[in-house]
Amino acid sequence: MATEALHNLTAAYALDALDPDERRDYEAHLARCGRCRDELASLSEAATSLAYAVSSPTPAPHLRERIIAAARAERPNVVPLRPRWAVPSAAVAVCAVAAVIVLAVWAASLSHKVDRLQAERADQEHVAAVLASPDAQSVSIGDRGKLVVTPIGEAALVLTRLQSAGSGHVYEAWVAENGKPKPAGTFQAQSDVTAVPLEQPVPKGATVMVTRERHAVDLPTQMPFIRVTA
Amino acid sequence: MAQTVSAMPRAFAHLSDEAVVALVARWDDQALAELYDRFGRVAYGLALRVLRDEMLAEDAVQEAFLTAWRRADRFMPERAKASTWLLTIVHRRAVDLVRQEERRRAEPLEAAGDRAGEGPADDAVWLRYERERVQAALRQLPDQQREALELAYYGGFTQSELAERLGQPVGTIKSRMFSGLGRLRDVLTEPEPGERTWQPRPSTT
Repeated sequence: MATEALHNLTAAYALDALDPDERRDYEAHLARCGRCRDELASLSEAATSLAYAVSSPTPAPHLRERIIAAARAERPNVVPLRPRWAVPSAAVAVCAVAAVIVLAVWAASLSHKVDRLQAERADQEHVAAVLASPDAQSVSIGDRGKLVVTPIGEAALVLTRLQSAGSGHVYEAWVAENGKPKPAGTFQAQSDVTAVPLEQPVPKGATVMVTRERHAVDLPTQMPFIRVTA
Repeated sequence: MAQTVSAMPRAFAHLSDEAVVALVARWDDQALAELYDRFGRVAYGLALRVLRDEMLAEDAVQEAFLTAWRRADRFMPERAKASTWLLTIVHRRAVDLVRQEERRRAEPLEAAGDRAGEGPADDAVWLRYERERVQAALRQLPDQQREALELAYYGGFTQSELAERLGQPVGTIKSRMFSGLGRLRDVLTEPEPGERTWQPRPSTT
């Protein structure tokens, strides 16, 4: 199928309105097409919103029990150890421990919605592991958190007690080197600790900033409320 | 049942949906229960709308949650919200099941009506809010676009089946879906009245 025709299947794919052959062709295309992945992300969210437009009767209670029992039955033989970020009272204290930054960054990367992630974005867990490496440099942002940068410039912001950006707003991180800031990802505040893997490398001397925006933008429209130099 | 729910009352309350999925990926069955408590009802409502049969809907929801259980480690939060990821699995499962049930699909869709706005009185407030918000957004679409979205999403029809059913070329159906879904996305992401007046604040540094 021609590439242009495949682009045009994005909405139908998001609605599950393709037959098996079309679905297979489209998925093969999707693996190669960043534009379609981006578009699919937003159209899937719109399609899924249709799930909320119908009435939602309460399912029979046995359904929950059946699901949990079946899930336990097929669980590998492991005891789930809940990471400390998942335990309410520990959330602040964990910030200082390098190993735990892995979990915080990972949790935050799970928690924030990124609109324009580059298609070949590296595996988040790998980035987080790099950030926790002993070589990573940490720059304090006063009592507001810190910037962590590895020797090769991969970086994360760890912010404490960040206020919610508010409805209809996001925070956007920026990396500025020699003037012009480059967008480094949008994120939302998490309770207690907000950890943000930056989507731009942070060379020595570059400035990392955060602004509050209506949506992801290419250049800041507001004054940064956090500025820190690596 | 209610006891089971309240046995772990607020253990996950501070966690985002995405963090709950991260725990599910670590085979934490209480996190799976939490995911079900957050989305089981929407999932079931969706499956019931597509399948129009309580037992089939339960099967679809169960299979979808078990798929989520097995694949949570592959969830990519930078690609989708956890709710989108989960409900996409539920919808796919429901559609695959309804396509095996040709008899069911021969029934007119309208007969199964979704009783819009007649949700049970005990509806969670946010569910009612979401339902009204999405229904209002749908009403803003041109009829033909709305019809294409509803027949595809709730009816489980493929674009080729829709073309045949509506007597239109596939290209027309495709573009109705594309325009309709794009428009729905835009309407749903428009700021609500009252949010438009936000003024830049000075730095709080």
